[in-house]
Amino acid sequence: MKKNSKIIKRSLIGLFGNERRQAATIPLFAVLLSLFAGGIVIVFLGKNPLVAYQNLLQGSGLLPKATYAGHKNMLTDFTSFMNAWTPMLFAALSVAVALRAGLFNIGVSGQMMTAGFIATIVVGYGTMMAPAARPMVLVVGIITGAMVGGIIGWLKHRFNINEVVSSIMINYIAQYVISFFINTYYVNPVSRQSNTVTKAARLTLMDMPVGNLKMDIPLGIALAILTAVLIKFLLDRTAFGYELKCLGTSRKAARYAGINVKKNVMLAMVLSGALAGLAGVTYYLGYYGSIQPRVLPTTGFDGIAVALLANSNPIGIILSSFLITIISKGSTYMNSASGLETEIASVITGVILLFSACGAFIRYKVKNLQDEILEGSERRKS
Amino acid sequence: MEGIIIDGLSFSLPLFIMAIGGIYSEKSGIINLSLEGLQGVGAFSGALMAVLAAGSFAAGSQIPFYLAVLFAVIGGMVYSLLYGLLCIRFKANQVISGVVINILAVGLTAFLTKRLNRSVFGAASDKFVLGVSARLTIPYLSKLPVIGALFKDIYPFELIIIIAAIIAWYVMYKTRFGMNLRACGDNPHAVDAAGVNVLKVRLIAVMVSGGLSGLAGISFAYSISANFSSSIYVGYGYLAIAALIFGNWTILPTLGSCLLFGFARSGGYYLVQRLQMPSSYSDLVMTLPYVVTLLLLIFFSKYNRSPRALGEIYDKGKR
Repeated sequence: MKKNSKIIKRSLIGLFGNERRQAATIPLFAVLLSLFAGGIVIVFLGKNPLVAYQNLLQGSGLLPKATYAGHKNMLTDFTSFMNAWTPMLFAALSVAVALRAGLFNIGVSGQMMTAGFIATIVVGYGTMMAPAARPMVLVVGIITGAMVGGIIGWLKHRFNINEVVSSIMINYIAQYVISFFINTYYVNPVSRQSNTVTKAARLTLMDMPVGNLKMDIPLGIALAILTAVLIKFLLDRTAFGYELKCLGTSRKAARYAGINVKKNVMLAMVLSGALAGLAGVTYYLGYYGSIQPRVLPTTGFDGIAVALLANSNPIGIILSSFLITIISKGSTYMNSASGLETEIASVITGVILLFSACGAFIRYKVKNLQDEILEGSERRKS
Repeated sequence: MEGIIIDGLSFSLPLFIMAIGGIYSEKSGIINLSLEGLQGVGAFSGALMAVLAAGSFAAGSQIPFYLAVLFAVIGGMVYSLLYGLLCIRFKANQVISGVVINILAVGLTAFLTKRLNRSVFGAASDKFVLGVSARLTIPYLSKLPVIGALFKDIYPFELIIIIAAIIAWYVMYKTRFGMNLRACGDNPHAVDAAGVNVLKVRLIAVMVSGGLSGLAGISFAYSISANFSSSIYVGYGYLAIAALIFGNWTILPTLGSCLLFGFARSGGYYLVQRLQMPSSYSDLVMTLPYVVTLLLLIFFSKYNRSPRALGEIYDKGKR
C-alpha cells in the first residue's frame, strides 16, 4: 500500500514536476480530463463520443464533412470558424489583462454589447465608405469599451466596490437600456433584431466569391493575433506589465514598493475594456451584422474559460481560444449530425473551467510532494 | 398601490433568503459568488420534481409544490458541495470558482432540461412549465387599511421563507455554532485554537447557502417566470450579494435592502402601466434594481466592514 502511494506520487511529479512545463501540462490535463468526462456522458446518451468529437472538428472546418452545400467546402467552413474565433480571442485577452492585475472582469459581455451598439448606430447605419468606415468602427469600439471598463475601475479604486458586483450590474443595465433603444428606434420588424449594418461597416466580408466558393472572410482575425502578441510583449517585457503583475500578486506589497495602485487599477480596466470593445465590434459588426436585444453574448463568459485555461498567457490564449471555439462553433454541426443537444458544448466548457480552477491546487500539491521527497533524501544522507 | 406591496414582497423575500445564505457563507470567510448558480440548480431540481410528480396527484393539488420546494433545497445543497470541494478542499480562488460554478450551472441545467424533456416527457422544449402557485389571503388582517396588502395574495413560499429566515437569524446570533461561524470569518486561527474544525464549519455554511438559494430559486420559478428555463439566470444571485454588502453582512439591515430592491422594481412596473407607456419601456424599468444597487454601493460602501478573513484560504500552518 505504502509502495503504491509512492508510485502515484512519483508519477504525479513526473507528469507535472517540471515547473516550466506546468503552464502547458496542467491545462492539457484539464482539457483531456473534461473531454473524457464529456465522452462518458455521451456514451450514456447512447452515442459514440469519438464520432461526436469528430463532428466538432468537421463543423469547424478542420476535418472534411461527408457532403457540402453548393459553393461551400472545408475552407469556407474554416473561414467562418475564424469569424467566430476572432471575438473569442479578443474577449479572452480582455479577461486576461484584468486577471493579471488581480481584477476579475466578468463584465466583458456588457462591454462587448455596449461597444457593438454604439459602433452600430454611429458608423453602422452611416454612409461612410469602407476604407474610412471599418477603421472608424474599430476606434469607436475601443473608445466605448475603454470607457465602460474605466467606470468599473473607477468604482473599484474610488469607492472600493467589488469589480465583480459592479460589472454584473453594468452588464444588466447595458443589456436592458440597449434593448430599449433597439426596440424603440432600430428594430427590424421581421427578425426582431436591430437593423443590419451597412456592408461598408461590416468587419467580415460576407459571401465573397473566391473561385467557385463563397466564403466569409473575417478581417479582424489578423488584428486579433497581432494584438495577442502585443499584449504578450506589454505584459512580460514592459514596466507597466510588471507593475500589473505585482498588483495581481499582492496589492499590499505593490503599494509598499511604491507602485501607484489607483493608476494601475484604472489602466488595467481601461485596457481590458478596450479589448472587450474590440471583441464587441468583431462580434456584432463582424460575425453577426445585427444585435439581438435582451441577450448578452456568451462569448464574454466563454472568454473567462479561455483565459483561465491559458493561465492568462496571451500566447496560450491563442491556442485555448482556438480549442474552445471548436467546441462552441462545432456543436451546431454535432447537433445536426449526431442529434446531440448543442448545450453539451457549454457543459464541456464548464467542466474544463472546473478542472482548470483546480490548477493551483495541483501545483501546490506537487510542490509539497517534491519537498517531502527532497526532505526524505536529505534525511537519509545525514 | 396594493399591487406594489404584493409584487414587491414576492420579489424581495426570495432575494432576502438567498442573501441570508450568502451571509452565512461570507461570515464564515467564504466569498460566495456562486449564489446565482446555486439558485438555478435548486430551481431546476425542484421544477423537475414538480413536473415528475404532477401526474400522480390530482390537478390543483399542492403536494407537487411542497415536493418541489423540498427538492430545490436538496438540489441547491448538493450542488453547493461542488463549490465547497473547489474552494475549501482544493483551495481554489473563491471568486474564480464561484463564477466557474455559475457558468457550469447554466450549461448543465440547460442541457439537462432539454434532454429530460425529450427523453422522459417526449417533448422538444427547453423549459419545465410550473404555473404560478396558489396564493392565500389571511382573513380580517387583509382588510386593514394600507398594511392589509401585506396579508393579501401571499404565495405559500413567502411563509416558508419567513420561517426559515427566523430560524437562520436565531442560529446565527443566538447559538454557539453561529458564534463559531462568525468567528471563522474574522479570525479562523483563534477558532481552530479553541478546538473547532474551521473547514467543517465553512463547509456547513456553504451548504446552508446552497439550500437557502435553492429555496429562493424555486420561489422565483413559481412566481415571476412560472416555469423553469434559462431565464432564471438574470442576476438574482448577484443582486442578493449586493443586498448583503449593503446590509453590512448582518441579517436585519439586509432585509431592508432587499425590500428596497423589491419595491423599486414593482413600483417601476406600476408606473409604466399607470402612465400607459409602450411595453418596451418596461426594459428601462428592469434596470431599476441594478441602478439602485450601484448608487447605494457608491454612497455606502465606505461604511462597510467585510469579515476580516473573507476570501482568505485557511491554511493551518500559516499562523
